[in-house]
Amino acid sequence: MKLKDIAGLIDGEIIVKGKADSIDIVSVCSSDLMSDVLRFAAKGALLVTALNQTQVIRTAEIADIAAVLMVLGKKMEKDMIELAKEKNIALMVTHLPAFTVCGMLYVGGLRSCLEE
Amino acid sequence: MNVEGCFQLMGGDFTNAGAASSELKSTLSKLGVSQDIIRRASIAAFEAEMNIIIHAVAGTMHYVVNNGEIRIILTDMGPGIEDIELAMQEGYSTAPDWVREMGWGAGMGLPNIKKNADRFKIDSVVGEGTTLEIVIYMRKD
Repeated sequence: MKLKDIAGLIDGEIIVKGKADSIDIVSVCSSDLMSDVLRFAAKGALLVTALNQTQVIRTAEIADIAAVLMVLGKKMEKDMIELAKEKNIALMVTHLPAFTVCGMLYVGGLRSCLEE
Repeated sequence: MNVEGCFQLMGGDFTNAGAASSELKSTLSKLGVSQDIIRRASIAAFEAEMNIIIHAVAGTMHYVVNNGEIRIILTDMGPGIEDIELAMQEGYSTAPDWVREMGWGAGMGLPNIKKNADRFKIDSVVGEGTTLEIVIYMRKD
């Protein structure tokens, strides 16, 4: 699923475009624990998280995560946004909670990294 | 191929946490190492780097790429690990709450390192520090 379609589906706003145009998301990882992301996330996945720290972007870079979706409309520090730009990682935000977002994405055809 | 490098790591420096592993990843990329190997090496290095940032006063990450393997050695001046067997268990962590609020301290660091390494050695002396040696083969044989 293309990032702009995901944004449309979950009422998200793309904050950092990264390689958004060429990204085709097939799997999703939802976690606020970075070690779990490093352990279970698949390459090219979408990370759904409520953790608004630069650590998320570092983790995304190391784990080859294509895009990060911040839930609950969490405000992101300038440092986090700058790092996402520098590392070319797409960053989206939605006012919806993780549970709802994951449900919508599942219905939309996306699967967990562990099922994919 | 013989490439090596070293990074200084400061305990508590969450602003730059992960920068060393990020640089290692980019170096391995430039060397043309395969994506899968790069990912394993980067994840192991990142978890080990975070351990130093979280638990130690300071430390170093030293890496050597030669003879078909990536060797990453992390040495810290930290509290040391009292019970290595316990620390290797998934879910066991001594990280304080403020670290958990940053998304770390789930007790998955050392198990994640072990999972991604072909060879993994840990030596620790309480009150002196810990040394990790992570080896990842670049060849399948």
